[in-house]
Amino acid sequence: MSLNHSIPSYFHIKVDREICRKCKRCTNHCSYDALSFNGERIVSDDSKCVACQRCVAMCPAGAIRIEKNDSFLPFHGNYTRRIRNIIWAQSGNGGVLLSATGNDRPIRTIFDDLLLDACQVTNPSIDPLREPIETKIFFGRKPKKIVFSEDPKKLNNISLKTEFMPNFEIDSPIMVGHMSLGSISYNACMAIYQAAKELNILAGSGEGGLHQDFYEYGPNIITEIASGRFGVDINYLQNAAGIEIKIGQGAKPGHGGHLPGEKVNTLISQTRMIPKGSDALSPYPHHDIYSIEDLAQLISALKEATRYKVPIGVKIAAVHNSAPIAVGIVRGGADFLTIDGFRGGTGAAPRIIRDHAGIPIELAIAVVDKRLREENLRDEVTLVAGGSIRYSADLIKAIALGADVGMCCMPVLIAMGCRVCQQCFRGLCSWGIATQQEYLVKRLDIDVSRNRIINLFHSWNEELKEVLGAMGIDSVESLRSNRDRLRYIGPNPKIADILGVKHAGE
Amino acid sequence: MKWNNYVSLSEKFRNQRVFDGCGISGFINLDGKRENGDQIIDMLSILSERENGLGAGFAGYGIYPRYKECYAIHLLIEDEQSKEHLIRYLDEIGNIIQSEPIPTKIPSNVDNPPITWRIFYEPRHKKSISDDEQVVKLVMNLNDHFNGVFVISSGKNMGVFKGNGWSHEIAEFYNIKDYKAYMWLAHSRFPTNTPGWWGGAHPFNLLGTSVVHNGEITSYGTNMRYLESFGYKCTLLTDTEVIAYLIDLLIRKHKIPVPIATMALAPPLFSTIEAMEPRYQIALKNIRATYRSAMLNGPFSVIVGLSCPKPTLVGLSDRKKLRPLVAAISENKNSIFLSSEEASFKRLKLKEAFNFKKIWQPKSGTAIIAQVGEGLLRNGMETPFEKINLTVEGDI
Repeated sequence: MSLNHSIPSYFHIKVDREICRKCKRCTNHCSYDALSFNGERIVSDDSKCVACQRCVAMCPAGAIRIEKNDSFLPFHGNYTRRIRNIIWAQSGNGGVLLSATGNDRPIRTIFDDLLLDACQVTNPSIDPLREPIETKIFFGRKPKKIVFSEDPKKLNNISLKTEFMPNFEIDSPIMVGHMSLGSISYNACMAIYQAAKELNILAGSGEGGLHQDFYEYGPNIITEIASGRFGVDINYLQNAAGIEIKIGQGAKPGHGGHLPGEKVNTLISQTRMIPKGSDALSPYPHHDIYSIEDLAQLISALKEATRYKVPIGVKIAAVHNSAPIAVGIVRGGADFLTIDGFRGGTGAAPRIIRDHAGIPIELAIAVVDKRLREENLRDEVTLVAGGSIRYSADLIKAIALGADVGMCCMPVLIAMGCRVCQQCFRGLCSWGIATQQEYLVKRLDIDVSRNRIINLFHSWNEELKEVLGAMGIDSVESLRSNRDRLRYIGPNPKIADILGVKHAGE
Repeated sequence: MKWNNYVSLSEKFRNQRVFDGCGISGFINLDGKRENGDQIIDMLSILSERENGLGAGFAGYGIYPRYKECYAIHLLIEDEQSKEHLIRYLDEIGNIIQSEPIPTKIPSNVDNPPITWRIFYEPRHKKSISDDEQVVKLVMNLNDHFNGVFVISSGKNMGVFKGNGWSHEIAEFYNIKDYKAYMWLAHSRFPTNTPGWWGGAHPFNLLGTSVVHNGEITSYGTNMRYLESFGYKCTLLTDTEVIAYLIDLLIRKHKIPVPIATMALAPPLFSTIEAMEPRYQIALKNIRATYRSAMLNGPFSVIVGLSCPKPTLVGLSDRKKLRPLVAAISENKNSIFLSSEEASFKRLKLKEAFNFKKIWQPKSGTAIIAQVGEGLLRNGMETPFEKINLTVEGDI
């Protein structure tokens, strides 16, 4: 008899037989085949369970519970269960392990070590319910200065000479990050774009093109040009609030996209302009960008193609030398710059890269903002920062460190129902979000999802105003890079140094 | 009066910003007639509720007609050695036209007086850099790197006099009433701690721009980092310094007309902007977008004196008017007065039988602008482009 090398499951599905009505709803809803009906009762296969909680949510009797299965492995502080599972998986399949969402290692989050300031006595705080507090910002490139001329004889005759570059006005400094049609479903995309339009914020298209049905939301969508050039044509370029050249992604710096052929159905094939069933693997680098001057050429080609009416930006993953790279990109003509931190999410990425490459977004914002200031370029560009902005506190801290706009994806998915089971790459999402299978996609109600996203960001914006008011600031412009209003309480003063933030008590 | 540490900030407070409440006053004679310091001393010292004896100062414009082409550099100096060192340095890089002590009346019980000195200075003309820019660099360099020396003002035909003490003490110390100026600014303060540092008192000055300020700028970090991009060094750890530099940047360097510059510092709300006609929207939205880091937030009222492009007095409060500012015009319509409180005007009325045509409260976030030779350009009650004929080139 051969030895069983299967990987011990993290989860145990507990079905309360006393109250189970044997309606089999759970077996229909489990897209991972962890539940079945053997003619007599519901049986579970723990090894297939991903704890997506769909069965729990769907059971009309409340008979199912997913429990943690951690009772039997001998303890080891170094060879943790996580490490042992990786080794078992690789010795079983001999391949590069795939993963989804963001880095799951318990690395300390710097945002959590930052505290906010508030007014006392010497200046009055502002109540956002009684006084106006403004959160509108302009997305795009600004001139270094504005030229006015004044009639020397009649001082009240003033003329404005500067010609302005395109800027898109958004009502909150929030952008839904780039999730392509392919990585997420049609219904999920539709809910996001409708919410972005309603809130007048931005949403990214991802690298998978823009389906015809989404063109009406184009004025709130940043379309993406990635190394695969999927779905790129002139309509895609001109029907957008901005165009982003994707060089890198926080979850997988140095990697391209991974969309397996099984996911490329008719819908995806039309949108991406690729044959049905073919793998959509975008190359690691852009093969027309091997250095910074090549990037500058692509930026100007895109500006020409869009008649200088659309801001063109560049997204990079936060890596060790982000600061000088960012300066090069801005000098290369980018109107906005997006940095994606090492915790940023993905629909599919090699686990080794997701878990070990890149740097935290907090540090990247601080060093990029600082370097751009040293080069006197900072105020000309819009700086978008993402890579695990989880809730409004992270957004506020990211802005105070120097970002114009906070970009996020996971909170949007979680708002729609995602339980963070991290199986997106398998295309079996039981919530209808990260899948292309018709019967699963149908589970995601567009209207409900749209409203939940609107509610989420409405509350973020209200919380942003509450914090601004407490700081005695009535416009978000005055929070940006206002690091004086942050203090550090973490264990490593070096981090405070790099952030340009004082320690609490200083 | 406190004498210690007048040149540099004591180590104890080196890392702390100073927060204070203040009294501010100022006036301008629109015909350019010079007035001695009596009026401004009266206007300021009546606001005694707003000071606690830890700092006051004055700025007079038009006080040095004899040297009006030179940069009048007012200095606080720790000792003779630092003074000699400084004079040698200035002699090397430019021309010293006159170098002399600022006359002071030192109270008899004081045995360690500061050296208050003024140098009328001309930089060597260079093609690559304007005289103004050279002097800005010089001031930044002296205040940042020269031990025992602190520049308190650097404009032409003007000067700042400031120190630690009650406003009436500072006025007496510097003989303020003996100077004649067409425009005066004054400031008394109520700081929350006692850095005992003369440089920390107002007015803050750079070239012809002087600022007295009541309030706390909650956008300090944003403004400071913006200014650093343009080469300014914010060494004084007070928010008033950033206001002075922002005004210098917008008006002198970027040559933005004064009324427009005030709209960058305290911009109208978007809800107001969006109700305006397209050309105004284009102008105001782009001002906000471009100068988003120059916007001043938090409670403030400021009085600004400018010598360029023309001698100008500007009063401005924050968008919510969380700090007071009152204006008045004299009966003969020749003088415009600004103050934290109406008490200043009443004092003049009682003591000097001075009559006012009108006293009013400028609107929040709306500038009052008076210019020598041009009159009262903005009274602080207008909508943003009222009385301004704005044309926008290109497409609307």
